[in-house]
Amino acid sequence: MSGRSIVRPYGDTTGDGMVQLSFTLPVPHDKRAEGAALQLAEKMGLDPAMVVHAKAVGPAFTYFIVYGRVSHLVDLSKVEVVERDYPLLSPKEANLTIRRGLRRRLVVVGACIGTDAHTVGIDAILNVKGFAGEKGLEYYRELKVVNLGAQVGVPDLVASARREHADAILVSQVVTQNDAHIRSTREMAAAFREAYDEADRPLLVVGGPRFHESMAADLGVDRVFGRGTTPGEVASYLVHALVDSRSTPYRERTA
Amino acid sequence: MTTTAYRRHLELDPATVRRARSLARRAGRPIVQLARAHTTVSVERAVLRLAGLTGADPDGTPWVNRLVDAVRADVGLDHGVALPVWDALTRGTADDLAALAQKASAGSVRFRMPDGSGARQAARAARRSVNAGIRRIDTRRRERERLVKRLGDPPQRPWIYLIVATGDIYEDIPQAQAAAREGADVIAVIRSTGQSLLDFVPEGATREGYAGTYATQENFRLMRAALDDVSKELRRYVRLTNYASGLCMPEIATLAGLERLDMMLNDSMYGILFRDINPIRTFVDQRFSRQIHARAGIIINTGEDNYLTTADAVDAAHTVTVSQLLNEYFAKEAGLEDWQLGLGHAFEIDPARPESFRLELAHALLARELFPKAPLKWMPPTRHMDGDIFRGYLLDGFFNLAGILTGQQILLVGMMTEAVVTPWLSDRDLALRNVRYVLNACGNLHEDFQPAPDGFIAQRARQVLAEAVDLLERITDDGLLNAIADGTFGLMRRPASGGKGLDGVAKKSSDYYNPATELLEEARP
Repeated sequence: MSGRSIVRPYGDTTGDGMVQLSFTLPVPHDKRAEGAALQLAEKMGLDPAMVVHAKAVGPAFTYFIVYGRVSHLVDLSKVEVVERDYPLLSPKEANLTIRRGLRRRLVVVGACIGTDAHTVGIDAILNVKGFAGEKGLEYYRELKVVNLGAQVGVPDLVASARREHADAILVSQVVTQNDAHIRSTREMAAAFREAYDEADRPLLVVGGPRFHESMAADLGVDRVFGRGTTPGEVASYLVHALVDSRSTPYRERTA
Repeated sequence: MTTTAYRRHLELDPATVRRARSLARRAGRPIVQLARAHTTVSVERAVLRLAGLTGADPDGTPWVNRLVDAVRADVGLDHGVALPVWDALTRGTADDLAALAQKASAGSVRFRMPDGSGARQAARAARRSVNAGIRRIDTRRRERERLVKRLGDPPQRPWIYLIVATGDIYEDIPQAQAAAREGADVIAVIRSTGQSLLDFVPEGATREGYAGTYATQENFRLMRAALDDVSKELRRYVRLTNYASGLCMPEIATLAGLERLDMMLNDSMYGILFRDINPIRTFVDQRFSRQIHARAGIIINTGEDNYLTTADAVDAAHTVTVSQLLNEYFAKEAGLEDWQLGLGHAFEIDPARPESFRLELAHALLARELFPKAPLKWMPPTRHMDGDIFRGYLLDGFFNLAGILTGQQILLVGMMTEAVVTPWLSDRDLALRNVRYVLNACGNLHEDFQPAPDGFIAQRARQVLAEAVDLLERITDDGLLNAIADGTFGLMRRPASGGKGLDGVAKKSSDYYNPATELLEEARP
């Protein structure tokens, strides 16, 4: 950046403030529709606004492309960036970091615990098919994934973790009747704390649509993932928590 | 606009093509023997579904699951459920299958394996009941043929294939009808994430799914009825697609036949590779489900596009060809005809790679000419769609051009907002305009397109075919199950002893009886 802290969008001249946008309104395409699009653009701060394209999408909708000048200023000195506390890595970067930092594969044991038979969450994260266009953790060459599936008892999960020398435990909880997800997660966390020394304990990660990310300490786990979490986020977190914090610094990256 | 018939462009060596097919046959034959020697819980449940058993208990567990589990607990799975079940019915234990399932799950029926005249009587009764289901599938097929005759097929090739996926069948219906009005010839209803791993088929109309809508018999029925309405309005038969792959392939195939679905995703290896389903379970289920599709006149769509989302689309191009050849062999062995083989492939080469479009053309032409009678399914870029919607729109234009130039017949319409949002109304409209522009601008360009006989495209096609033959030779030496275990396809390693659903597989005993398989196999020439 040059030293200036106030900027405007750039079309073809410094300070022209030009932006483009497209949207659909649920109205038939006629003069009134174009007027409606202009009204919306003006309310969004485009002045002047130009409807450069309007086209009917079926009998009841119209699609618009609008150009216009915004009067708003952007003050760079007041930009606040909410960063996740770990960088998002591509599978390649995650693999490389593990290979360099750990010199062996990182072992992840996943399960739905208690009575929960909904493996949709754990499968979306672990299966190579993945979720939201991202491949699941099975796709990462440097991750060894053991997916125990549904309705796994906590003692079985602890035993599997020991057998596989797990670095991390991933637990998914979808069923929330009578706070079943909270109770089974606490039970799981307590069991791992009892079975392991704190220094050797695998990383405990839990996820599900009804969890909030701020609940980790309360549940006794290391990390909570909520609705919409993608495999890449989980993998990046595992690498951050298990590899980066111990060894090689990673290349800085803005996600 | 109408499109003219495609003619050949590549001079593939007929001897190499024959060699590729005979190797695929050799690789596939032991798998077919394995499939014939085993049954699965889902095959047996499909038999009960054909005999008319529907519904679920108050917990949502289907009665077919209840009954198969009860029979299995008493006499095992290796005889099949037909003889023990119809033995219980002919003994007068219950009035019908539904009552028997209820009694069995309450524990008030003991099953046994009948012998002698008891066995013959049970077999006759089972065959009669199951035949009623197969006749219903036949009726649905004739109904489709009548509708297609009356309303007509799309005027152009490729058929335009669009996806809806709201999770709520009652939202899917208006979206699907709108998509058909906008020009879709085929509507696919994406399933809820993870349904392929459920070892039962949910019941009833469903309004809540994860990134898709559950495949249920009632959802199938509702959507087919809605598309029948819109087909009449548009004077064009709009086809309906769903997904068979997963732990319930035989049952979902059966339901698709009973409710007149027109296409089904059915890949011979997808479940193994991408869902970690046990290989034996998959091959047994796949064979039965394809026998049902064959009878129902359903076009299958195979899933080779998936390999290219994990492996590099150039390095792994020959694995797509190998998988297509195997899918073809398994499909034909199960009774499917050429016109039912929607073999899949995809436009997934990194666009930053020099000559990427020529490579795409070479791969697409190879598939076209290796399977000249199959309606190939051409899948749009997903892996290299990165949120730059303008670049994505251009890429989709090139995808459409490649598909139209190389005579692909089922074109899954690419969305510029791939990997950004589920398609908006305007995304779908723009995507269809993209397809229509290319069709209108050069729908018959293939007439003028003649790649140089020793040029880049022809040589690349020959190279991929040669690599496919090499790989097939290795597979026939090692065995397909070992090749799958070694990570040959999609880079996934899947041993035959692992994966989900293995506990639902049983080796058939000498007195195994399955009236559905018997009826499906004896009808064949």
